[in-house]
Amino acid sequence: MGLELYLDMLSQPCRAVSIFAKKNGIPFKLCTTEVFKGQHPSKEFFQINSLRRVPTLKDGDFILTESSAILIYLSSKYQTADHWYPSDLRARARVHEYLGWHADCIRGTFGVPLWTQVMAPLIGVHVPEEKVQRNKTFMDLALQQLEEKFLGDRAFVAGQQVSLADLMALEELLQPVAVGCDLFEGRPRLAAWRERVEAFLGSDLLQETRGPILNILEQAVNKKVPTPPPEVHPCMLLRISRIP
Amino acid sequence: MGLELYLDLLSQPCRAVYIFAKKNRIPFELRPVNLLKGQHLSDAFAQVNPLKKVPALKDGDFTLAESVAILLYLTRKYKVPDHWYPQDVQACARVDEYLAWQHTTLRRSCLRALWHKVMFPVFLGEPVSPEILAATLAELDVTVQLLEDNFLQNKAFLTGPHISLADLVAITELMHPVGAGCQVFEGRPKLAAWHQRVEAAVGEDLFREAHEVILKAKDSPPADPTVKQKLMPLVLAMIQ
Repeated sequence: MGLELYLDMLSQPCRAVSIFAKKNGIPFKLCTTEVFKGQHPSKEFFQINSLRRVPTLKDGDFILTESSAILIYLSSKYQTADHWYPSDLRARARVHEYLGWHADCIRGTFGVPLWTQVMAPLIGVHVPEEKVQRNKTFMDLALQQLEEKFLGDRAFVAGQQVSLADLMALEELLQPVAVGCDLFEGRPRLAAWRERVEAFLGSDLLQETRGPILNILEQAVNKKVPTPPPEVHPCMLLRISRIP
Repeated sequence: MGLELYLDLLSQPCRAVYIFAKKNRIPFELRPVNLLKGQHLSDAFAQVNPLKKVPALKDGDFTLAESVAILLYLTRKYKVPDHWYPQDVQACARVDEYLAWQHTTLRRSCLRALWHKVMFPVFLGEPVSPEILAATLAELDVTVQLLEDNFLQNKAFLTGPHISLADLVAITELMHPVGAGCQVFEGRPKLAAWHQRVEAAVGEDLFREAHEVILKAKDSPPADPTVKQKLMPLVLAMIQ
């Protein structure tokens, strides 16, 4: 039994893991797990809020969650090119510095537009405009810090070469873009960074990975997104209630 | 100039960095940054960390923010004992997993518990409704249970038989609600036993020293009005 990755392509961290594994030719079995359809990796896997059971990695008996941990594990085990997770002390510190800030300021913030525009309405919940505006403010602030502190005049977020940090950042930023928030408008430095990362990764790989998320808004408009089953509602409601 | 660590022991991640550096006898200059006086907002400190947060590290011309990044930098540079952050790929992954999970879960719950229970009323003079406080404490309860059920389980330490960065980060987080008067270890004998083990592994004197400030949080004098004005929006953003 080889490497298995439980992924939902609507999820930003799942896309980062998928892109990383495919770009590096890491052989794995994709176990598509559509969270909003009530799917989850396995009843044996431990009980975290089911919305955060993806991505999950299973390597023989070894089960691992948390996208950054998975990315680091894969880079170590499969000895991927150094630039992804540099061995240099300071360069590696920059990747972790980004990942720490990302957990506080990007994660949880950039996923909100998909919730307000697609997922909450699916279960009949309307997120107040005040929260939508507050989220826009948080996103603006985060993008400013991303551009000024992390990108600066560097080519990539944690240095002069693509790293895990760029993957994590880009897929998060893509989430609101997929529902029509053009974050890159009026931000030429950020737009240029995005182009560089996407050129490096390759459009075929990206298109393949981003299919579901890029289609979600159209599907929602055409009422083609399946209604999440009742057992997923409590987790969804909890997540929605957490929107500041 | 050697290694400088910019810390305020009121902050959970600062305590983890402080304990780690001292326990491993890493030589450093302590640069205190008083959060309640708004010192992290100064232009001088922005030179060290433009994100205006503690902990921050300065090593010659190299500055670094984010506690996990700092802990890992110190781990690698000073070649500390393996158990803190194991070389073994799977053992290391377990620590990475905890360090990633805790950001949006335990860290958030513990911070909110301190601010809603103590710091808002005592320091900022802003009452917190019983409903909000109850919700925060309920969330803390759930998160602490997750810590016990998903990470500690029946192990001696969170990620295995030996203390690691995960335990240090977790324990310093939990001392936040303890400082606020929450009995997080009550009715949780497994977690209480783990607490004792972590304290013993770190050293009781060092543990006590690192936690003196947080344990006196309830006695914080009220904020100066100008400081309060500066801090309020940041505090509100921080505890979202």
